[in-house]
Amino acid sequence: MASLIGYYSLIFGLCSSFFIIFFSVKNFKDSSTFNNKILSLTFLQLFFVVVSFFGLILSFVNSDFSNETVFNHSHTTKPLFYKISGTWGNHEGSLLLWLLVLTLFIFLFLLKSKTQTKKYRILTLLFQQIIIIGFFIFLIKTSNPFNYIFPIPSEGLGLNPILQDPALAFHPPILYLGYVGSSIIFSSTLSAASLNYISKDWAKHIKEWVLISWIFLTLGILLGSIWAYYELGWGGFWFWDPVENVSLMPWLALTTLLHCILVLEKRLALTSWVVILSISTFTLSMCGTFLVRSGILNSVHTFASDPERGLFILIFLFCLIFLSLFIFFFFHKVEKKNMKNFFWLSKETSILINNWFMMYFLSVVLIGTIYPIFLEVISSDKISVGPPFYNKLIIPFLIPFLLAMAIGPKLDWIKSEFQIKLYSVLFLIISISLSFLIIKNLSVNFLLNTILVSSAFYLFFITLRDFFDKKFKLFSQTLAHFGFSLFILSILFNNIFSTEIITNLKIGETFKDDKFKINFEKIEKRNEQNFKEIVGKFSIENHNGDVDILEPAIRIYNQPNISTSEADIKTNLLTDKFMTMNLIQNQEYFSIRYQIKPFMLWIWFSVSLISLGGLISLFYRKYEK
Amino acid sequence: MKNKIFPTFLVFFFLSIFFIFFKGLQNSNIYIPNTNLEKNIPSFIAKLFDSDDNISSEEIFKENKFYLMNIWASWCVPCREEHSFLMNLSNEKNIEIIGFNYKDNNAKAKSFLSELDNPYNLIISDKDGTLSIEWGAYGVPESFLIYNNKIIKKIIGPIDKDLFFEIKELIQ
Repeated sequence: MASLIGYYSLIFGLCSSFFIIFFSVKNFKDSSTFNNKILSLTFLQLFFVVVSFFGLILSFVNSDFSNETVFNHSHTTKPLFYKISGTWGNHEGSLLLWLLVLTLFIFLFLLKSKTQTKKYRILTLLFQQIIIIGFFIFLIKTSNPFNYIFPIPSEGLGLNPILQDPALAFHPPILYLGYVGSSIIFSSTLSAASLNYISKDWAKHIKEWVLISWIFLTLGILLGSIWAYYELGWGGFWFWDPVENVSLMPWLALTTLLHCILVLEKRLALTSWVVILSISTFTLSMCGTFLVRSGILNSVHTFASDPERGLFILIFLFCLIFLSLFIFFFFHKVEKKNMKNFFWLSKETSILINNWFMMYFLSVVLIGTIYPIFLEVISSDKISVGPPFYNKLIIPFLIPFLLAMAIGPKLDWIKSEFQIKLYSVLFLIISISLSFLIIKNLSVNFLLNTILVSSAFYLFFITLRDFFDKKFKLFSQTLAHFGFSLFILSILFNNIFSTEIITNLKIGETFKDDKFKINFEKIEKRNEQNFKEIVGKFSIENHNGDVDILEPAIRIYNQPNISTSEADIKTNLLTDKFMTMNLIQNQEYFSIRYQIKPFMLWIWFSVSLISLGGLISLFYRKYEK
Repeated sequence: MKNKIFPTFLVFFFLSIFFIFFKGLQNSNIYIPNTNLEKNIPSFIAKLFDSDDNISSEEIFKENKFYLMNIWASWCVPCREEHSFLMNLSNEKNIEIIGFNYKDNNAKAKSFLSELDNPYNLIISDKDGTLSIEWGAYGVPESFLIYNNKIIKKIIGPIDKDLFFEIKELIQ
């Protein structure tokens, strides 16, 4: 029943799109005021999608296995929480979430943009409706979440165990708010470009939407990363997996846009650049959806692949790209005035430098992600691009990037005087000597690491000083930059100081080296609602004589019958102790992996600081008005 | 004139990207870990489907003969789809089809076979599904083509027309 309502709601939602378009076009031509009927229709569309979404959730909660999506991704023994989160843990349900965010954002946009002109609002709505219609058709035609199966199976196939995790229940909705939320930036930019509406006021208005998308995207990526660290048990937080990359690419574009739009707001320059960035942010999101959902790539996120789906998104994606190109070249007027010269030492130049670096990082990630596809098509060679590629191309460029980040925000708009402040020299010396002391006794590349750590420290000290110096002026920006310096420092220390031991142990055996003594004490069996678990008990003694007890586990889920390895992680303020164990087939040995990962907590914390910076900036602007 | 060159170039650029993605889509995208192929089949002892006797893998799989190990269940919807192909393969002389009845109710499984006919030379009952996991199976249906006690092809999901002809070609 819920499925049926859900399905018809989808059809009605699609129909309301056509009504919206009809009234919008009429309203665009005639009267001078915005027809409120359009707003009601947009709300109605949102309502239909919400009903449809709840219909699917209800089918999951009731374990209605006559629904194919539920049958494929749920099971009666699943805890209620994972029945609900299973709704978006699959291709069909997550696309319904896409649609929900698309319709939600355009409705909010219409509510919040009452001060803008009628034509601009209507045109934005029309562009957004093109995207919405595309996704409605995609959903109904190729990935209907409400497919009926007969005979009705008595039991479902179950949710992939690695998706049964609290962080992952929240990761998709939050990520999508950012990822799909960028659609509204895309639509309004196209609309503003075709109406020649781009101005300082427009920049101010659109910046809020950029910020909202950016905050959610940052938090969404953070949650995904936390999930990967705790659940996948590979002992890292970022793997340069293609699917992680496709969420990082829109983030990089959006971050660039966030900085670039400041120049537009203050100096009415770089308009074309803002338009290009807005278009590429959403295009990269769509491109990511294509890469993930078509099955052209292989990764944990690729759901059941189906070439028909891939083809649809591909054609739709390129329609949007060509539409944007058409509007950009035929409607967008590049004003000659915009070509104002930037003085070499000014805030806008430093933002431009930031943009260049971001574009460089974006290209590296883009090439690393899609080049293997190109190569396979052209020469049928299979290659895999891994962390060394990204690390080698990105890390050295972080040095000038960090330094520019420390200096840039200090400069004035238009023109700054060149002056060397005593404290900045002092901080530089402190940073270099501090990193020298830290790095010198370690067996890592001395020169590169010292310079890297010093530049991160430099940014750290400069922003730290700003907190006290600026009396909360530009607080959000300082906080975000401070968070970034902390983030880079944590990652660097995490890399430099981690240690790892991999060994095979029997029950009762002890592993010993000059730093640690690992004793495999015993194993226990436990039963839970949706899995059985074998828990190993290990005591680890370090050279100071401190003893830790770690209990990694192997879980055997009942539906579907998959075993996963659960890491046991002891977290404290400075280091994480991380241990996993794995069965070795037909042997009484277990493969044990013990890692010490410093500053893990600080990585999560610093990214939260960065997004908090964005959040404060969003509300701070409200106070200004 | 200069104004026209850049847009035209961009259009061609994006068209070529479109073409490459389009080609990429047609490549097979089900990735099978190499480690699973050419591997010896796991040895096991299991209960037969239609009697209470046990049978060991050595008794089932002989050398120099093709076997198709097929994991199925009566509740599995795609299994119905592939059934006609299995029936067709069962007429082939040089292949034996071994069924693994996965997490199934015996009575329901029997009525499934009497409804659609039985393509299997031998059926093993895998009530708790552990046997199939031992083989590295992901779900139902799944099939393994075996020769000389080695897995030479793994098929995830139902056998379709293309796969059917591929198997026929391989066993010739």
